[in-house]
Amino acid sequence: MSTASLIDRRKVVDWLGIAPFMIFAIMFLLLPTLYLVTGAFFNPQGEFTLKNIADLTHPTILSAYWVSIKVSVASSLGGAVIGFFLAWAVVLGGLPRWIRSGLLTFSGVASNFAGVPLAFAFIATLGRTGLVTVLLRDWFGFNLYSTGFNLLSFFGLTITYMFFQIPLMVLILTPALDGMKKEWREASEILGASTWQYWRLVGLPILWPSLMGTTLLLFANAFGAIATAYALTGSSLNIVPILLYAQIRGDVLHNPNLGYALALGMIVITGLSNVVYLWLRSRAERWQK
Amino acid sequence: MKSSRLLAWIAIAIGALYFIVPLIGTFEFSLRMRRGEYSFDAYQSVFSDLQFRATFGYSMLMGFLTIIFGMLLVVPTAYWVRLRLPQLRPVVEFLTLLPLVIPAIVIVFGYLRLYNSSSWLPLTNSTNGTNLLLMFSYMTLSLPYMYRAVDTAMRAIDVATLTEAAESLGAKWPTIMFRCIFPNVMSGVLSGAFITFAIVMGEFTMAALLNRPAFGPYLQLVGANKAYEPSALAIIAFAITWLSIGLLQLVSRFQKTAPAKA
Repeated sequence: MSTASLIDRRKVVDWLGIAPFMIFAIMFLLLPTLYLVTGAFFNPQGEFTLKNIADLTHPTILSAYWVSIKVSVASSLGGAVIGFFLAWAVVLGGLPRWIRSGLLTFSGVASNFAGVPLAFAFIATLGRTGLVTVLLRDWFGFNLYSTGFNLLSFFGLTITYMFFQIPLMVLILTPALDGMKKEWREASEILGASTWQYWRLVGLPILWPSLMGTTLLLFANAFGAIATAYALTGSSLNIVPILLYAQIRGDVLHNPNLGYALALGMIVITGLSNVVYLWLRSRAERWQK
Repeated sequence: MKSSRLLAWIAIAIGALYFIVPLIGTFEFSLRMRRGEYSFDAYQSVFSDLQFRATFGYSMLMGFLTIIFGMLLVVPTAYWVRLRLPQLRPVVEFLTLLPLVIPAIVIVFGYLRLYNSSSWLPLTNSTNGTNLLLMFSYMTLSLPYMYRAVDTAMRAIDVATLTEAAESLGAKWPTIMFRCIFPNVMSGVLSGAFITFAIVMGEFTMAALLNRPAFGPYLQLVGANKAYEPSALAIIAFAITWLSIGLLQLVSRFQKTAPAKA
């Protein structure tokens, strides 16, 4: 036997070892996605067309994308700002140690507490007979629902989504804040900088890739979520995942290939925000060594 | 310094308010079933519901199967990539992160088109085929978490030396895999298992679209039809999540205090 064939055999064994994973990834990740992506560019007769993409500008679909983007932007920005202040409070605020571990443990749980039960929790709290609604009415004579507030709306969905968005921000940002060296703060104080100047000229410029990147991650997270919204609003709120759900169930768009285009639009949006997130994260890691 | 501490307390207070009020609200609501007084009637009604037991059991079974088959896929792959194919590492890592990028509803949409009754591999034709497809979909969903947990645990052990030592003692590959590698990355396997369990127990989209009687679709159905039971179920679901994540954090704490023995 020649040495060449020996090397080949070793290579074959190497590749065989990873074959199960590759087959799994191709069958249950890549092929299903590719099927939809290519399907978006064909008509039911199997001819190439860009009409499905153009049809995404139909008012119903456009408004679904618009509401989805609004909810995702609002809940990711809200989650980012509040999450930042919470992470800042436990890392740099000089609070007792147990608050930090308590917040991090709770964040681990709450960031995974999504889906249908989360919708129930908010209905029981801010729904028409929810605890907060009733207490506001009985104690302060304040009728929340007369102000135009409605849990089954853009605003209600945003508040609900923030229950898993804020903890995710806390979990990702705490290590980034831990990485900020005390020396930077001391150096700027010795040079006469105020707290505001320190944050504006040193702190935030270092943190912004983490902040921006995580906000994008939260955006994608909210954009693809469906269970909470579906349990909360049924199909009354027109967002992309719910529209796609209805399309899968009963072809409400009356064109299967338009459904593929709808899915393609979701992949493009979540894909782009994840790509930018990964790029920003690699920049942020320079400061965390 | 003093004002910043005050600000920190205010931030924590507002955060605590936002997170605790919905939990209190849910708990209070779940006790309101009997008119005029608090009772655990809603919980009793939930636990005596046959549908609850059936769907809860189904999702638990699915969770266990997903963990077992997921680990059988992930651990050897992570091992092999570290030992023999380090150049493939970025590719494998990218693939394991894809389920976070592609929304679950899109992935299951693809399954329904690829594996429906008139396709080349009609998995949805039979109940067991659909169950299998649902398990694969859960494996896909948990892949990012499982792979990262196992790979982190594997970083702490010297895979190459461990393998050589086992080989020179005459071990065959099943022995290497199940008696050397698996026990050494147990903390990672357990972390991955707990988070997978939490994901599978609450998952709605995949099970609903594949028409399987899982816990998630059951929750949605109860929510649409009953008043107090949903709150009781939300409390139960929160307890399950808390338990899974609590165990996960316990395991990872042990991992930190007792670093690699290998």
